[in-house]
Amino acid sequence: MSMEEKRYDRVGEKLFHMVLDNGLSIYVAPKPDFQKSYAFFATNYGGMDMRFRLDGKWLDTPAGVAHFLEHKTFDTEEGNALQDLAANGASPNAFTSTSMTGYYFESTEKFEENLKILLSFVSIPYYTQESVDKEQGIIGQEIRMGDDEPDTQVFYGMLEGLYAHSPIQVNIAGTVDSIAQITADTLNLCHRAFYDPGNMVLCVAGDVDPERVAAIAEEVLPKKGHPPVERDHGEVEAPQAHKQTWEKVMAVATPIFQLGFKDIPPEKGNEWLKWELTGNLACEVLLGSSSPLYAQLYNGGLINESFSYGCEAYLGAAFLCAGGESRDPEAVRSAVLREAERICGEGIDEGLFQRLKKAAYGCMVRDLNSFENICVNQAMAYFSGYEYLTFPQCFEAVTKADVEECIRRVVTKERSTLAVVKPKEAIQ
Amino acid sequence: MSDVTRKQLLPGVFLTSVHTKKFKSSMLSMTLLTPLRKETAAVNALIPYLLRRGSEAHPDMQSLAAALDELYGGSIEPAVRKRGETQCLGFVGSFLDDAYTLDGTRVLSKAAGLMGELLLRPYTQNGAFSPDYTRQEKANLTDRIRSEINDKRQYAVSRLVEEMCAGEPYGVGRMGREEDVEVITPSSAWTQYQELLAHSRLEIYYCGSAEPEQVCLVLRDALAELPREGGYEEGKTVVTDGAASVRQVTESLDVAQGKLTMGFRTGGITSASSQYPALILCNALFGGTTTAKLFLNVREKLSLCYYASSSIDRYKGVMLVSSGVEFADKQRAEDEILAQLEACRRGEFESWEVEGARRYTVSSLLTVLDSQSRQEDWWLAQAVAGSGQSPQELAQAVENVSVEAAVSVAQGLCLDTVYFLKGVEK
Repeated sequence: MSMEEKRYDRVGEKLFHMVLDNGLSIYVAPKPDFQKSYAFFATNYGGMDMRFRLDGKWLDTPAGVAHFLEHKTFDTEEGNALQDLAANGASPNAFTSTSMTGYYFESTEKFEENLKILLSFVSIPYYTQESVDKEQGIIGQEIRMGDDEPDTQVFYGMLEGLYAHSPIQVNIAGTVDSIAQITADTLNLCHRAFYDPGNMVLCVAGDVDPERVAAIAEEVLPKKGHPPVERDHGEVEAPQAHKQTWEKVMAVATPIFQLGFKDIPPEKGNEWLKWELTGNLACEVLLGSSSPLYAQLYNGGLINESFSYGCEAYLGAAFLCAGGESRDPEAVRSAVLREAERICGEGIDEGLFQRLKKAAYGCMVRDLNSFENICVNQAMAYFSGYEYLTFPQCFEAVTKADVEECIRRVVTKERSTLAVVKPKEAIQ
Repeated sequence: MSDVTRKQLLPGVFLTSVHTKKFKSSMLSMTLLTPLRKETAAVNALIPYLLRRGSEAHPDMQSLAAALDELYGGSIEPAVRKRGETQCLGFVGSFLDDAYTLDGTRVLSKAAGLMGELLLRPYTQNGAFSPDYTRQEKANLTDRIRSEINDKRQYAVSRLVEEMCAGEPYGVGRMGREEDVEVITPSSAWTQYQELLAHSRLEIYYCGSAEPEQVCLVLRDALAELPREGGYEEGKTVVTDGAASVRQVTESLDVAQGKLTMGFRTGGITSASSQYPALILCNALFGGTTTAKLFLNVREKLSLCYYASSSIDRYKGVMLVSSGVEFADKQRAEDEILAQLEACRRGEFESWEVEGARRYTVSSLLTVLDSQSRQEDWWLAQAVAGSGQSPQELAQAVENVSVEAAVSVAQGLCLDTVYFLKGVEK
């Protein structure tokens, strides 16, 4: 094992990187002067990875299994790791996203002890049928809570509209019915497939010794890993949206919408990073707070401060999206499409472009204040085949023509879905 | 380590300045403190949003956005907060620290200038706020008030507080009432704005790499035109001891999951009380952490919910419990929450529970120092409470407080109101 030190002087960061014999990649960002340390241990496995091949056999697992597994992974033979970490004053938690499951803690003392607990409970499966049965109730309530969250509903609605079969449209938590099919065996199987050091990454930020982090990981984790598991995310999606509209009625005050534009997913590697940076700039140019369209929509009362936008990429699926509250979401879509057409015809204003680039750069550097951002972004970057902290160089290389080409390619009616959660008449 | 200094810049204008090089950004906020009152809450809440629409030099959102872009994507956001019975109105800004600009731009002085300009020299028409801006921001404020219902978890807590403190200023929401928004005119908002500027205390917070003397200089400059006419009342939070009987309130909405919230009075304990560290420990033991009794029993043991937690308001002397449960499980959950409180009152704690609660609390206080926005909120809270206690000092007090003291606080908790949000009969 050899440790590599990488310096990113422009953003004042340093990263130690090493790969263990079992295949685990470790990144450590030294942060003297801070009270806390933060460790993030993640597997390249999320809500979308439901069908995979293990020991030569294709397996279909129920929706929500990655998230269920996350909840139950805290169980240990001795009790519960959440409590063990909390007893040390650490704030532990975990999340499951579409493509990743991450476990983390933040602590101001006993970092090494806490790191051992983290690595140990995540890597050692302990699932009993009794505790699985009990968790159905807790996660059932988490799902019911999501049923009442209009933002969650409208986002999945947009994904259902954009995609005909990509598993990214399946709710990460699953449904009360789908999680009822999960057993301790299912969890063991998924753990064996995806909680392998070669499929994982450990990212740490804090005033810690990188050599010690590596030594602890070597001591606690399995000595050998297995080759990556093959996954099936369904057939390649058509470039256009599956359905252009999606609607649902809920107890909300004003309509809530998500407007999505389907893109061709980027290749892993630097292309992925470039796609994300270009996509974000395209959003800024088209509908950012200093764009002409934003002012027009805001002044016209069509959007308010809840308006936000961004882009996301997964294996087999990528999109730009924007959403918030609006009295007339369909008018927002029309205005966005008209503005895209105008930009494609006239080109982006050079002054605006340079200004937006400067602003976006500043925001990305400010994000580095957060240990969580550094660690989670580095983990996502690792799984997508690039280095997070190379963003300044990559960003500099994004041209006005790249952004124009992105808008021309993606922001069209055919590629769009407008999802809307509408209020009931009664509470209008 | 960081140095915190507090200084009076002008009459009724205070700067809390944190000098540190550990962040990539600097944070700056300007906040007017005024008593929270039913009649003025809405117009006050409107003012930061009106001011954020444009200034003399940057009369519309686009020119403001362009100015912020030039400051490396700096942000200046309107902020309307409720701290006890004080309404806090102003702006919170975050900017790239001078050390990381590509061309050596001095961001701080420009940022302070821009924020001062927004606060003091708004875009006007006929000597008052622009009618267009007023109309649009009134509509936005109304939407914002109505939208509280979208987040059912928070909505249930807000409704609990409204019901529990119906006769007290604390029962007023931070954004005021919808009916009070309707009657605002460009000139009535303007009059209230002048009133706030002249008579409210102004709290400024800065955190970043600039030297404190430099920060003072820049801010004195930015605020040179601030009218100061005395007064500077900030609202004293009235603390009620306990309720004579428990009120039960149930409402229906078209929801999938019920929201159970319970409001307790702390027997007069606030952040100004000597028992405050004991209250913090008591809350952590009861429902403030994942080692707390509510999490371990209502969630983990009985699988009744995904979340069940408690929190305290440091000014008002109240503790709020919040949980999401099936409609049919409401009584079971309520009984279990009260049973766990009884266990706290009897002092039934394992040593790991106490250790966990204490370590968690100390750690979360110390990590305030690692976040500019949490520090901003901390020092604003201290300013409202009239205290200069640092997070480290409170952490030390929690280290030293005894379990017996926490138990005695638990014994003094008095259930006031239970609010349950259930579904509609189908």
